[in-house]
Amino acid sequence: MHTFFQQLINGLSLGAIYALIALGYTMVYGILRFINFAHGDVFMLGAYAGYYLAPIVAKIVPLPGIWGAVSVFLASMAICALIGVIIEKLAYRPLRQRPKLTVLITAIGVSLLLEYSGQKVFKPDPKPFPQLVPNFHLGGDGALGLNANQIILFLVTAILLWALHAVVWKTRMGTAMRAVSLNPQAAALVGVNLDAVISFTFAIGSALAAAAGILYAMLYPSIDPLMGIMPGLKAFVAAVLGGIGNIPGAALGGVILGVVETLVSGYISSRYRDGIAFAVLILILLWKPSGLLGKKEIEKV
Amino acid sequence: MKKWFAFCFWPVAVAGVAILTGCDKPAQNTAASGGEILVGEFASLQGSEATFGNSSHNGTLLAIDEANKAGGVLGKQIKLLTEDDQSKAGQPANVVTKLITRDGVKAVLGEVASSRSIEAAHICQENKIPMVSPASTNPNVTEVGEYIFRVCFIDPFQGTVMANFAHQTLKLKNVAILDDVKSDYSVGLAKFFKEKFTANGGRIAAEESYSGKDKDFKAQLTSIKAASPEGIFVPGYYTEVGLIAKQARELGLTMPLMGGDGWESDQLIPTGGEALEGCYFSTHYSPESQSPEVKSFVQKYQARYGSVPDAMAALGYDSAAILVDALKRAGSSDADKLRDALAATKNYSGVTGVITIDSHRNASKSAVILTIKGGKFNFVQTVNP
Repeated sequence: MHTFFQQLINGLSLGAIYALIALGYTMVYGILRFINFAHGDVFMLGAYAGYYLAPIVAKIVPLPGIWGAVSVFLASMAICALIGVIIEKLAYRPLRQRPKLTVLITAIGVSLLLEYSGQKVFKPDPKPFPQLVPNFHLGGDGALGLNANQIILFLVTAILLWALHAVVWKTRMGTAMRAVSLNPQAAALVGVNLDAVISFTFAIGSALAAAAGILYAMLYPSIDPLMGIMPGLKAFVAAVLGGIGNIPGAALGGVILGVVETLVSGYISSRYRDGIAFAVLILILLWKPSGLLGKKEIEKV
Repeated sequence: MKKWFAFCFWPVAVAGVAILTGCDKPAQNTAASGGEILVGEFASLQGSEATFGNSSHNGTLLAIDEANKAGGVLGKQIKLLTEDDQSKAGQPANVVTKLITRDGVKAVLGEVASSRSIEAAHICQENKIPMVSPASTNPNVTEVGEYIFRVCFIDPFQGTVMANFAHQTLKLKNVAILDDVKSDYSVGLAKFFKEKFTANGGRIAAEESYSGKDKDFKAQLTSIKAASPEGIFVPGYYTEVGLIAKQARELGLTMPLMGGDGWESDQLIPTGGEALEGCYFSTHYSPESQSPEVKSFVQKYQARYGSVPDAMAALGYDSAAILVDALKRAGSSDADKLRDALAATKNYSGVTGVITIDSHRNASKSAVILTIKGGKFNFVQTVNP
């Protein structure tokens, strides 16, 4: 039983990261109806921003330490928000009136561009990620293991989810986002600035990806320019699983995927971990094609 | 008009390409015969095993430059052409084909990772060009054919050494294994360790695996913890081993981890840190050894690169030095004569020990076991074949 709960904690921490990345996919899909495949690489850029910012921050605020970690988080989220806005402006905006497929292929192109320029700029060999929070460990040999990084991970994920919920439901920008998601033309007619809403969506999604990147690097402290591919793919699966376009769905999908993966490798076979995770996706989609929390969309002809 | 164009264009184009490629080869060959022997090298200078590739490349370069300074071989200078395979599968076949067919190298040196050496070995064997691998320990590498050699020991030996060490020196009865299913090297080492350890009367408490580039090993480690072994054998590469050690300690697993030469890298300690204290691994040589070959090699290497050479650097050095030695004995750079000379290598005093090439074209030589103490590699013992 003890082993089961330990596996559950492992799964939940992995799932929390998938959830944060999945939010970015689902928000962009909700607004623009296309999959931003470069999102996983923004996640990688977030981790690298943290890697390069940590020594700079350490000169002003003590690191490892809570305030140092908070400043690294905020700065890296700001940098990635900016990168997200720039990507949208340069790559997706000129194609907004084109077929969705064109934008989708462009997104794959942007993703490859970021991965391979990352290998050129950051060098392809893995780098050890610095420690951001002092290490402590709850529980010892007999009890469940929960370490500082995992606690920070759950805390940060909870705060970001709450903040996102507040932005979407309590602010004017959030109302505008929901309006655009419902019907972009009608929203534009009643005076919603489409460009601003889309830029804002990319900024928030990319900032969440940056936070996920740093959390991932804190948990698994070795980063490389291709680290975004697999988590990006898994988070995309999580978003589809929960019902793409649906924010609570993305969070739920991420957590489910993380827990399933961990339980499969813990109890069935670690070799089939990814295979079974994707099989679960297929099963859920067969049974509920719009995802767990997704609504059926009726196409009007 | 269009038909006429097609009719004339294609023959002209084909002839043009033929002339271009045709011109290329003789030009290269004349350059080679003008006092140079071309030797190709492929290494993982970038990517996940970059530190291995760079170390072995530095060692190789040192040996070749030394031979050239001493007047070269057969009255000619050796020219080393190096290609980077970026630690990617598929890449070695490309670059080695290029080295052989376009550059016309007489011999090929490389690689550290067994999976990639096997790939290149097929190309070398087909073209009948001798290949010497510095550090690929998987048995399949030299089984590709009679042109493929290596200067390191093989996995059955390394697995046996660690199994005996775990059983006799550490007195462990119950050991778990965590291997990398994506790597021939790791799977092979795990298999031979298991065979020997159970033959010695030990028990394998749990067998888990991961796939290279994974970052999360907590599920496997939690399962291992439930089996409560006295030690864990992790025959992976340094990139993952550091993370595995850290996550094992986070989950409260305090027993020693053991591994093979894939651990040896200066990147291991920065990633794993204190979690690796008291762990053991087998490797090819220790820079602390007092033999005259090691002392002079460490001194020359430090003077040139400013760092203490690791096992991959020493093996890179030995692979090139044995090739130079064979070229001298062959008296020619002819592929078959060179092959026979390599096969006849006997009691060569290399940096990594006394090397004799056996009938399977493998080196029979000793291994050393190191431990990690105070963030450094410390010598424990030498094990003879």
